[in-house]
Amino acid sequence: MPIESVFPRLEALLPHVQKPIQYVGGELNSTVKDWDECQVRWSLMYPDAYEVGLPNQGVMILYEVLNEREGVLAERTYSVWPDLEKLMREHEVPQFTVDAHRPVGAFDFFGLSFSTELGYTNMLTALDLAGIPLESADRGIDHPVVVAGGHAAFNPEPIADFIDCAVIGDGEQAVLEMTEIARVWKAEGRPGGRDELLLRLAKTGGVYVPRFYDVEYLADGRIARVVPNRSGVPWRVSKHTVMDLDEWPYPKQPLVPLAETVHERMSVEIFRGCTRGCRFCQAGMITRPVRERSITGIGEMVDKGLESTGFEEVGLLSLSSADHSEIADVAKGLADRYTEDKIGLSLPSTRVDAFNIDLANELTRNGRRSGLTFAPEGGSERIRKVINKMVSEEDLIRTVATAYGNGWRQVKLYFMCGLPTETDEDVLQIADMATRVIAKGREVSGANDIRCTVSIGGFVPKPHTPFQWAPQLSSAETDARLEKLRDRIRGDKKYGRSIGFRYHDGKPGIVEGLLSRGDRRIGDVIRAVYEAGGRFDGWREYFSYDLWMESAAKTLPAHGVDVDWYTTRERSYEEALPWDHLDSGLDKDWLWEDWQDALDETEVEDCRWTPCFDCGVCPQMDTEIQIGPTGRKLLPLTVTTPSADGNAPA
Amino acid sequence: MVQRVRLRYTKRGRLRFTSHRDFQRAFERALRRAAVPMAYSAGFSPHPKVSYANAAPTGTASEAEYLEIGLARHCDPHRLRELLDLSMPTGLDIVDAVEADTSGFADRLLASCWELRLDGVGTEEAEEAVRRFLAADSVEVQRQTKKGVRTFDARAAVASLECVDAGHELGSDGPAQQPCAILRLVVRHLTPAVRPDDVLSGLRATADLAPPVPVSVTRLAQGPLDEETGTVTDPLAPDRDATLVATVPGSTA
Ligand code: SF4
Repeated sequence: MPIESVFPRLEALLPHVQKPIQYVGGELNSTVKDWDECQVRWSLMYPDAYEVGLPNQGVMILYEVLNEREGVLAERTYSVWPDLEKLMREHEVPQFTVDAHRPVGAFDFFGLSFSTELGYTNMLTALDLAGIPLESADRGIDHPVVVAGGHAAFNPEPIADFIDCAVIGDGEQAVLEMTEIARVWKAEGRPGGRDELLLRLAKTGGVYVPRFYDVEYLADGRIARVVPNRSGVPWRVSKHTVMDLDEWPYPKQPLVPLAETVHERMSVEIFRGCTRGCRFCQAGMITRPVRERSITGIGEMVDKGLESTGFEEVGLLSLSSADHSEIADVAKGLADRYTEDKIGLSLPSTRVDAFNIDLANELTRNGRRSGLTFAPEGGSERIRKVINKMVSEEDLIRTVATAYGNGWRQVKLYFMCGLPTETDEDVLQIADMATRVIAKGREVSGANDIRCTVSIGGFVPKPHTPFQWAPQLSSAETDARLEKLRDRIRGDKKYGRSIGFRYHDGKPGIVEGLLSRGDRRIGDVIRAVYEAGGRFDGWREYFSYDLWMESAAKTLPAHGVDVDWYTTRERSYEEALPWDHLDSGLDKDWLWEDWQDALDETEVEDCRWTPCFDCGVCPQMDTEIQIGPTGRKLLPLTVTTPSADGNAPA
Repeated sequence: MVQRVRLRYTKRGRLRFTSHRDFQRAFERALRRAAVPMAYSAGFSPHPKVSYANAAPTGTASEAEYLEIGLARHCDPHRLRELLDLSMPTGLDIVDAVEADTSGFADRLLASCWELRLDGVGTEEAEEAVRRFLAADSVEVQRQTKKGVRTFDARAAVASLECVDAGHELGSDGPAQQPCAILRLVVRHLTPAVRPDDVLSGLRATADLAPPVPVSVTRLAQGPLDEETGTVTDPLAPDRDATLVATVPGSTA
């Protein structure tokens, strides 16, 4: 049955909304496939505004991987802003994809990628606009299967009622596997209805279907256990890990939007995973082990990507890009190749050492040296041992001295507030560090106009990390501590004016903490917030702390728990955690030992250059570290693109 | 810079919602993809030499937008147009290119011809509104600008306004059972600029004309105004060689 485009109806609304271009699609490298020629159809959503969602690499990769398959189509959808939402409700226009403007409700799968928990209310808006019942239990055979992915899906319990399933880890192979299962089930005439499809997915061991698990609680509100209620469904659901990134060079043809978005560049993921072992970092813990893309693989992706997009900047992405085994050759090779073309290179550089400065110098060889960013994360030597961020103040000062000496004018330093065992003193030392940075900078550069910006946010304990048991600092205490730091910096007559101070108040962190370590009972809170109009919680102008707290106060007492119980309460070794049945590969006992080491201020090395320290991931997931060096180099490119002056071969 | 080339481009269909800024970014990327040997401005952060003329507002379709680029090497305008067109999203089509031989291009863009498609409005009603509008000496309208509400005359700039019969309409799709009046409007580019929206406000002010759905507006041409015939003529004509390059006049998506 052909599916009609909703565009004609949408078009009439567009003159009345802000930035209509974000809703019309037509991006360069986007794909529209014939509906009837495909047996399995996905709509993929990044549950935030288009300007944030479009550049998301996860969605772009899956979009391409799926569309490359014959008989499979994938289209994208993003959150619509409240101005359009209102009009869509008035005129009964459903949630649509931007590719062919097909209604999201008509697809087989509706996949959402959650980088953060703050997209949950936007998911409910999209479901409702799509005409899909909010709760999984109310959906019928013709509704799409709602799939959650992304880092937040490693604890999908707060949204367990709203999703049909969750997939944790790398999505590339997982979506193809799910597609095949759906294709077979549809070809057989959809036996057993929706339940059967979900069961077949669950039986793979890599798809979590919340309805097949019962949660039992203790009298004090803690979880007693989580048990499968169907035979054939695994006790623990495994994460997916893609090995050999060179075999997965996606996105090959990155989307180029007409609308302005947050990242206007061609991004290449140079490796996945990180084993530095920062204890607060969920991304590092859940993406182990490290798997590098080879230097030649990177070179090829950059070359093809630039050709198909026309972007002027290349971002070399990963959790800690300077750690790539051949990063110096990558940076030099790319800078050499693209000197002529005025292509800028960037890499999120957070490591604090002299090597990073060399790298930054290489990357900005032809451009301006504005700001360098480092993330010491903790203000005192002691707290950095607690979080396993191995950098000494001496290292930092030496590094910034090199930076200022090389012509950089501004250094940004990132910190967290509210780390386990932290005291006011740990945080106030940030001010001392910043003044030393400025003093050293003035000394080596001989200039007075250098700057240092301190940026600090509240720490939120995350599942699958050693800090999953830790108490979160209350927002009042966070704010008080940050104010003391601000006063200390501002009060410094000699250096204060050279130090910028940016901080986020503690309130959003409490909501994030509630959602991060929540369980199924948090679903009521999310729903109440959505029904009271909560949207776009990642946006300062929309986020309402009060709305979240009121909704929690309305719904949680029935369960005998409250917000503090989820956030500022410390968990014990015995407690069953809501995400224990989602297997990230990390051994829970190893995590607990690492938590104890944190409290003892004991550091742990990186397994890339020391023997394996048995975090559990590799044996559990049957994976291994994949790193170079390959010893290869990037050779200069020969021109093969057709050029307008007709001089080059076409 | 060794050569300047002037291009005509369109904003068609759903891509009419492209803002001018969006278009600029897309065009500059297309220049890279097509490996056009651009001339760059001097200075600390060099920019490719592109100048845009009088862009149509966001949401308005156009068959006649213009820009000029400066090149560091000689290019065949025909080949250049083809390559650039391939590198732009469908709807933002590069439809004409001539080597610039003259100066003062922007000064030649003296008037625009617009087509206004009024879905849900009958031809008779539209004709009556047009009559009343044209009969007035001046028609005060208001527009929301960044600096607040501005009041000005929308009548003086209008060189002609007429109801054309539906058979002539551009880009018509679907059966014409629904009433749909088509207006053809020629406006001089004066200050303050009078846009089709302002004329629509004027029709509402003089004749209570209130189309039930948003009016779709397309710029058909802009250039010098032939006062005798009342038509807007080709602004690239003075640059054009005897050999006509790659024109696709009046084509639609
Ligand atoms: S299992 Fe060993 S080698 Fe693998 S990520 Fe963990 S510590 Fe590293």
